[in-house]
Amino acid sequence: MRVIDLSEVTEAIAKLCIDANYNLPEDVYNALKEAIEKEKSPVGKAVLQHIIENADLAREGVAPICQDCGLAVIFMEIGQDVRFTGGNLKDAIFEGVRKGYREGYLRKSTCHPFTRANIGDNTPPVIHYDIVPGDKVRIVVAPKGGGSENMSQVVMLKPADGVEGIIETVVKRVDEAGGNPCPPIIVGVGVGGTFERSAFLAKKALLRPVGKPNPDVEIARIEQEILERVNKLGIGPMGWGGTVTALAVHFEMEPVHIASLPCAININCHVARHKEIIL
Amino acid sequence: MSDVIRLTTPLSDEDVVKLKAGDRVLISGVIYTGRDAAHKRMIEALEKGEPLPFDVKGQVIYYVGPSPAKPGRPIGAAGPTTSYRMNPYAPKLIRLGLKGMIGKGKMSEEVREHCIKYKAVYFGAIGGCGALLSQRIKKAEVIAYEDLGPEAVRRLEVEDFPVIVVYDTHGGNLEEIGIKQYRVVE
Ligand code: SF4
Repeated sequence: MRVIDLSEVTEAIAKLCIDANYNLPEDVYNALKEAIEKEKSPVGKAVLQHIIENADLAREGVAPICQDCGLAVIFMEIGQDVRFTGGNLKDAIFEGVRKGYREGYLRKSTCHPFTRANIGDNTPPVIHYDIVPGDKVRIVVAPKGGGSENMSQVVMLKPADGVEGIIETVVKRVDEAGGNPCPPIIVGVGVGGTFERSAFLAKKALLRPVGKPNPDVEIARIEQEILERVNKLGIGPMGWGGTVTALAVHFEMEPVHIASLPCAININCHVARHKEIIL
Repeated sequence: MSDVIRLTTPLSDEDVVKLKAGDRVLISGVIYTGRDAAHKRMIEALEKGEPLPFDVKGQVIYYVGPSPAKPGRPIGAAGPTTSYRMNPYAPKLIRLGLKGMIGKGKMSEEVREHCIKYKAVYFGAIGGCGALLSQRIKKAEVIAYEDLGPEAVRRLEVEDFPVIVVYDTHGGNLEEIGIKQYRVVE
């Protein structure tokens, strides 16, 4: 049994919130740089150049990459041989979010659904817990912007719709979203289990390094096909026309119920933030 | 791509009618911020016959909720938010003389028609470029609805704030033109 003091968890989460909002992951940065070459539209190229310049400024600490510093989505993989001391885990995580968003000058974006009154400290985060073998704790913080989250969708397809139905649904969704989710986007697709499991898989797909194909070759082929079709839509950077609408499509799949084919599409903007630490 | 056009607010009819979808524009002068919550309050104020926090005539509203300013800076990251959420409010403000909106993404047909009929322009700014755009903002001051935090109405002084014309006063629409040009139909 390994003992971890919860103050360590709080500190780690605070740091990850700040790091994620100021330092665009290297893989996203490189994919955007490559996109400048691929993009055929001069307006689109100019947009991508600005995006790179912006990432550089944020890295220097001028301001966060985007003013929407996101809802803090946190993945906790907890080794089953770990025991926490010094309070309770949920409080420690909340405190980490409060600290990170306060000390990092990050925007607090959580509010009451009806009155829209801002909660003031960006809590509650969305926490996904997973218990895994071992005595380590892996924490991933993935701040998620509202603009791209609003364009996401879960569709309960019929089994007869098959692969073609999934591809059609994803392409249609990206087309409808247009410039709203700040393209170039990363498209997370989740098919598996129930309604909420598919949504979770789509979210998790966004954590994969940009463009790293699914290890299953058949799924990787579907990812490629969706990517090609999405980039033929012409939406381009910011929806002002162009050939790079998406940087990547990441598809995660698990078995489903014999009656169902749930298909979740989670769209991420070019500010595809996620940082992790292993305690 | 056309040359860059420089404009100083407040904007007149002559300023906006010469703009065409796709034109790149650098805006200088005073602009105001407002998102969903501020728009809702502004429209409620109008319905009650109360004055708006600022006279919208000739002005530009930037759809943004900035992040907090770091010490020594006027504002934090300040890129555009998605504009369609302002669809229910924008037409009324355009009828009152608002000349420009800055945001990202599509707006409604109604907004587009109002841009033609009342001579207003919908500008796009690059989403997710909050750090870059913050550098073109020289001064920021909350002038109303402070309790809304990031959604409060701010008066911004901007210098060469980069935008692109999305809907012009002649019915031109950058999204339509741009997407049509690069769409591959099989
Ligand atoms: S969609 Fe992403 S890049 Fe665009 S404003 Fe929201 S968080 Fe920022």
